[in-house]
Order: sequence, then structure tokens, then C-alpha cells
Amino acid sequence: MRSALRSQYFWGVVALVLLVGVNVVKDPSFVQITINDGNLYGSLIDILRASAPVLMIATGMTLVIATGGIDLSVGAVMCVAGAVSMEFLANVSDPGSLTSVLSALGLALGLSLVLGMVNGFFVSVLGLQPFITTLIMMLAGRGIAKVITAGQNTTATSAPFRWISNGYVLGFPVAFLIALVVVAALALVVRRTALGLMIESVGINPKASRMAGIRPRNILFTVYAVSGLLAGMAGVFTTANVMTVEVAKTGMNMELDAILAVVIGGTSLAGGKFSLGGSVIGALLIVTLDKTITFLSIPSAATPAFKAVVIVIICLLQSERVRALFTHRRPRPPAPPAQNPTQTLEEVVA
Amino acid sequence: MKPPAPVVEMTGISIEFPGVKALDDVALRLYPGEVHALMGENGAGKSTLIKALTGVYTVDAGTIVVDGQQRDLRGTADAQDAGIATVYQEVNLCTNLSIGENVMLGHEARGPLGVSWRRTHAQARAALARLGLDDLDTHAPLSSLSIALQQLVAISRAMVVDCKVLILDEPTSSLDAHEVANLFTVMRRLRDSGVAILFVSHFLDQVYEITDRLTVLRNGRLVSEHLTRDLSRGDLVSAMIGKDVATLTSLGSERAARVTDPGAVPVLEARGIGRKGSIHPSDVEVHAGEVVGFAGLLGSGRTELARLLYGADRPDTGEIRVDGRRTSFGSPVAAIAERVAFSTENRRDEGIVADLSVRENLVLAVQAKRGWMRPIPRKEQDELCARYIAELNIRPADAERPIKNLSGGNQQKVLLARWLATAPRLLILDEPTRGIDVGAKAEIQEAVVALAAEGMGVVFISSELDEVVRLSDTIVVLRDRREVETIVNGPTVTADTIVGIIAREGDAA
Repeated sequence: MRSALRSQYFWGVVALVLLVGVNVVKDPSFVQITINDGNLYGSLIDILRASAPVLMIATGMTLVIATGGIDLSVGAVMCVAGAVSMEFLANVSDPGSLTSVLSALGLALGLSLVLGMVNGFFVSVLGLQPFITTLIMMLAGRGIAKVITAGQNTTATSAPFRWISNGYVLGFPVAFLIALVVVAALALVVRRTALGLMIESVGINPKASRMAGIRPRNILFTVYAVSGLLAGMAGVFTTANVMTVEVAKTGMNMELDAILAVVIGGTSLAGGKFSLGGSVIGALLIVTLDKTITFLSIPSAATPAFKAVVIVIICLLQSERVRALFTHRRPRPPAPPAQNPTQTLEEVVA
Repeated sequence: MKPPAPVVEMTGISIEFPGVKALDDVALRLYPGEVHALMGENGAGKSTLIKALTGVYTVDAGTIVVDGQQRDLRGTADAQDAGIATVYQEVNLCTNLSIGENVMLGHEARGPLGVSWRRTHAQARAALARLGLDDLDTHAPLSSLSIALQQLVAISRAMVVDCKVLILDEPTSSLDAHEVANLFTVMRRLRDSGVAILFVSHFLDQVYEITDRLTVLRNGRLVSEHLTRDLSRGDLVSAMIGKDVATLTSLGSERAARVTDPGAVPVLEARGIGRKGSIHPSDVEVHAGEVVGFAGLLGSGRTELARLLYGADRPDTGEIRVDGRRTSFGSPVAAIAERVAFSTENRRDEGIVADLSVRENLVLAVQAKRGWMRPIPRKEQDELCARYIAELNIRPADAERPIKNLSGGNQQKVLLARWLATAPRLLILDEPTRGIDVGAKAEIQEAVVALAAEGMGVVFISSELDEVVRLSDTIVVLRDRREVETIVNGPTVTADTIVGIIAREGDAA
């Protein structure tokens, strides 16, 4: 129990359960899951589907933040990915064919990866501050999206592309399954290889890491590239859902959701130790929160304030200092055995 | 002679951390107008006791009486109110602010229109003058000063708050002899004005030179309190480590004049390597099984030369051969691939990764060498840790503890283990014994001797000439950022020989 309480995202899980509870009290049908045509439907399933984009960017953001950086450009990269795929599908002769869909997907992910690599190049090779670099990319990205669509909100029709976001496999939303597989694969790569250790090491002390033979430059470049790629996937999920890219809206403020998910997940913004599991919880929480807001019919004007209050409470609960106010005093395990036979004052004086 | 009432009286102090009883019923008395040494090995509880006195830690039991008043110190502000000021080992000042701003930070002179910078600087000058630093320009940035002067600035900053007690935690660890003398002049001046100075240092010479009384701690307990002049060095060391001193002095005597086969190919041979603004072109040769000492004053280029050998900095002249093959180190990665390892003097900034565990810190270099794709199996990691914790006597023997919770000496041992785990051909140790206690120091020296005996080439850098002379087969003497002479160690070579070389070159220049 104690270790569960100490786990950094414990309060995220509690908040998640509470939020679901609140919704159930308001309307028990919230947790109802119906099966139609072998596919699952219900509010919880909606949450899973809607969480796919946030899961993507929160995962990338976790790795970036673990190195002590930040990626403010994920929302804009989402928009670029959406723009390039929609524009391609709108202009290709057979948007419904598998080749077209795969090409659209490849274009979107490829371009996002390039943008991530540009971030990575500026941060790791040129040594620019991550905040500035990705802020520039945040502005530039939306500009690139507008150039791609000539300022229009491009709409396309492609059933297979739409399936990426709205389809079902084994009863579950495809988008969620893809997100799950991607996150799981990444978690496996990070934790089963030494990449995670190196990311943490670079995040805590880049100089010492370099002296120990790690190449901080490669690590930094990698995390920004991965973050860009994942943002591209998030952009595909978001646009495929409505088959429209709104250049001024798609991915707007998503970077903030991603950062919040990471923070709720217990990863410090100062870099270092990170928890991908925590970020998954954080992402689910943020989506559930959005859902709750509509479910409770909170007026849209009050939505940001409500969201802010809930998140502040979670962050407060996680803060060491606030927790210290509630739990008094540190535990007292036995002292380690003394290495030398202990001499008392009297013996020495005598 | 001794004034009747102590200015600080700590009694029955106990502090516990999770898993460690850091202090157990410790007492400390400081009298006005004395310099008092706090002695003990790393992990003996010196830092914890200081932090109790400066309000960083709150005590679990015991009383602190300052100036006749019982104090409940719950923060550094409380301690400052009580007239206790501290200058830490690593100078905690803002290098980008001016000297005057640093001295007066938080106590700026205020006028009707906010801070009066003119008066602030005037007061800063006055404070500096008290320490005999009249000639400093208070408008110059702090970063323009040497570490030694920065430390004096830190002291004068402490004096601005009109302190009665000044705590100096390892103030001399990065100073050369001349700078230490300056510091001592300042300390004597303060002592004579009635300030009680608590002095923490691992340098016994300095303790005997400057202190009046001393308190010895061991394993978080009080061992004894003495007048410094009444206690012999041997007794002091024995009190600190609880061992006989003879075992320590015998060390290194087996390093008799070792004969290196002149025809053998050196493990590492550097010809004319140099870097502009850092070190003039120099030659270094290290054979298998040889300990090469770098001797010289602080700032003589010892570290700079070592960094070139490791590729931490890129040399812009000269060439390096490893086992006779020409190679170039553009980065530590390349050096590690050639099995060259470098343990930095800057443990905190370039050595440890504070938040990671001992195990993670220990395997870091091996892991980096293998690449991220080939993680070291956990079982192997645990075996590595168990082995080095036992071999180097790392305490506490818990590989999962964050390394930041270990004492400096034990952190140093973990770093040594990090490099040994890579099985280097050449191990460069830059100040491996700085700021650590006699016990750990002896253990590290023993390890160096043992490694050389196994055939490893070792470069050993230390400010303590005795140590260099005792351990090295060959000594490279540096001065003013250039290699001035390389001498073969022998029975006739002593620390004085090296001082002579440094001084002689000084006259010539």
C-alpha cells in the first residue's frame, strides 16, 4: 500500500476513478457498454478513442521532458500531418484505395518526422534552447500547414483513412489499439534497452553523461524526432476522425494537454526520471476530464476554468510539500550496522 | 584565556534519515574568538551537524543554544537571525552578478527611490576591506575572480550580516598554498575580532596550523573534543577512523623503483598535444603497469592535459598513439572505445548523475560503451555492483540507493568502479582523493597501486604532492599550463624536489 501511495501517479489514478464516479452518479449509463455488430459502444469507449492523439503526443513529450527539454510544437506538427494527408487525399484520383491511404499516411508521418528532426538538430547540434526552438516550430508549423492547404480547411473523402480513427478491430476502436501498440512498443524499446537509462542520465546531468561515454547529442536528437513522429500520428488520428483539417484549429493547444498529461504522470519538468505509464494515466485523465465537462453540461465558457481547477488539485496532491503537510514525519527504519567498532567518548578520553 | 561562555552549545543532537541514523547524541561547543575544527571521515556526520546548525535540517532530539538563547532553527533564515553564517565547499554565489551585488545580495542599501547602488557598493567595499580585500572593484563581475577570491567574497558576504559564528565547509579544497595562506590571514583577523569559526577540512596540516580546538566525530557519534595542540596527528587520525595509523603510512612503500622496459610500446603516447588557451603542447607517455603522476599547482594545466588525453576537449595540435597505433580522440566516446577512462575532478558536475541509483551510475560507462541496443542484463548489473561494493568498500552497501545520498568519498568510489567496470588499459584519475577522508583516501590509493600491479596504466593527478610522489613511477611536472619536466621517481625524489622544479622554472620565466 505504501509503495502504491508513493507511486508518483497514484493521485492521477485516484482522480481518474473519481471522475468516472462523478459521471456515474450523474448518469449510471456512463459506464454502460453496448455491443452492436460485435463492436463496443459507450462513453468509456469514446474516451478510449478520443485518447489516442493525446496518448501519442504525451508519450513523445515524456521522453523530451525527461531530457530536460520541452516540445511546444506537437500541436502544430499535428496540424501539418493533418494538412498534408487531407491535401493529398483531396487531390489524388482514387482516395479510397489502399495505396493512396498508405501514401497519405507516409507523407504525414514522414513530414512530421522531418519537423521533429529539425527540432532535434537545433537543440542537439546547435544547442538552442528547447523552449525557443519548439516555440518557433510551433509558429512555423501552422504556417507550413497553411501553405500546404493554401489557407483552406481541406476536406477529403476516404473510407479507409477514416477507418484509422473511426473503425473497429476486435470490438475496440482502431485508433485506441494503434495508440496502445505504439506506446507499448515504445515503452518496451525504452525500458528493455538502455535508452531509458541514457535519456534519464542526460536529463539529470548532460556533462557527466558525456564524460561517461554517452552521446547526449544523439539522445536529444532522437527524442525530438520521436516526438515529431508521434505528433504526426496524433494529427492523423485527429483529422481522420472528421476527414477535415482546420488549419487554425487542428491540434490547437494540444501541446498543453500533452505537458499536463506528463506532469500528472509524475515526470518532473526538470527532466530525469520519467514514467511512460504515468503519462498514459495522465492522457486518459485529461480526455476523461474533457468528456466529463460535456457530460455534466458545464457551460463551455466555464470549461477552461473547470479543467484548470481539477488539474491544479491533482498537481497539489502530488507535490511533496503538500503531501508532507498531511503525512507527518519520515519513516524510521533501523540504522545500518556501524562499520567500525564504536568507541564511546569515555573510552577515548580514558 | 578561554572566554567563559560558549557562543554555540549543541547538546544531545540526533538526526535520522530513512535508513540512516546520521547523528546520535552529538555535542559541539564553539567559543567566541576561536577557530574550531570539525573532524571525521566522510559520512561521520560533519555535514549533517553543520546543516543542523544552519537550520537546513531540523533536529530530532537535542538542543541548540546560541549566545545563551535556546534556538529552534527551522530554516537558514533562522540561523542567520541567530548570527550563524556559512560558506560551503562549492561557492554558492551568482557568478553573473557583480562582486558588490554578491556581497550585498538581500541586504542592499535602500533609499527613497529603491536600492541605492552607490551606497550598496560603498558598503560592499567596506565589508571587503574588513577582510583586506580593498583592491577589488565591486562593479566587476564575480566570474572575473579566481575561485579562491570568490570564496573570500563569500566570506565577506557572510560578514555583512554581522555574524558571530562563521562556518567554513572545506574552504581550502580548491585553493593552492598561497591562496590558503590568504584565507588563513582573513580567518585570523575574524577570530581576533571575536568571531567563532567552525572549520571543516581534510587537510591535517591546515587543521594544525589554524585551529585552536577540535571536535572529532565518527559514524554519527561524538568521539572527543580536544585542544588542537594537545593532540598528536597520529592520535587524531586514529580517533577519526578508529584504526591504527601505521597501516596507512605503510601504504605505497612497496612502490619501489620499478623498471620499465625502455623498448616497450607505451599504452598511451601523446606527442606535442596542446590546445589553445588551455595547455601548451606537451608530451606524455604511459606504459602498462606504470603510474604517471601529474604534479603542479592548481591551474597549472594538469586537468587540461588530462582532458586532452581523454578527448573531453579536442586537442588542436599533436598526436596520440594507443599501443603504438595513431588515433584521435574527438570525444570521450572514442577514448572509451580505446579503453581509456577518465575520472573527473569535478565529481558533482561531471561525475555523478545525482538522481540515479548507485547501480545505474556504476554501469553507465559500460552501458554507454555497449550502446543502447545492448542493455546489460540486470543480473550482470547486480553482480558488477556486488563485486565493486565489496572490493572498494562502498558504504552503504546498497546499490539501489540514489548516489546523491552517499558521502563524497563513497561517490568517488562508485565513479572509480564505473571506470574499472569498463576494464580500461589506461585509467586517468583527476583528484580522486580530494575532499574525501583519510580512510577512503587510503582505500583509493591502495586500489591505484593494485591496478598498476595488474598491468593497468594509471595517470594520477593530485594537489597533494606527497601523494603523487608516493604513488607514481614517473612524475610529469606542470607549471603555467605547460609540461616543464618529466622525472623518474626514485628514493631521492620528494615533494620538495617537485616544489624545487616548479619554483626553479618560476625564476627562469
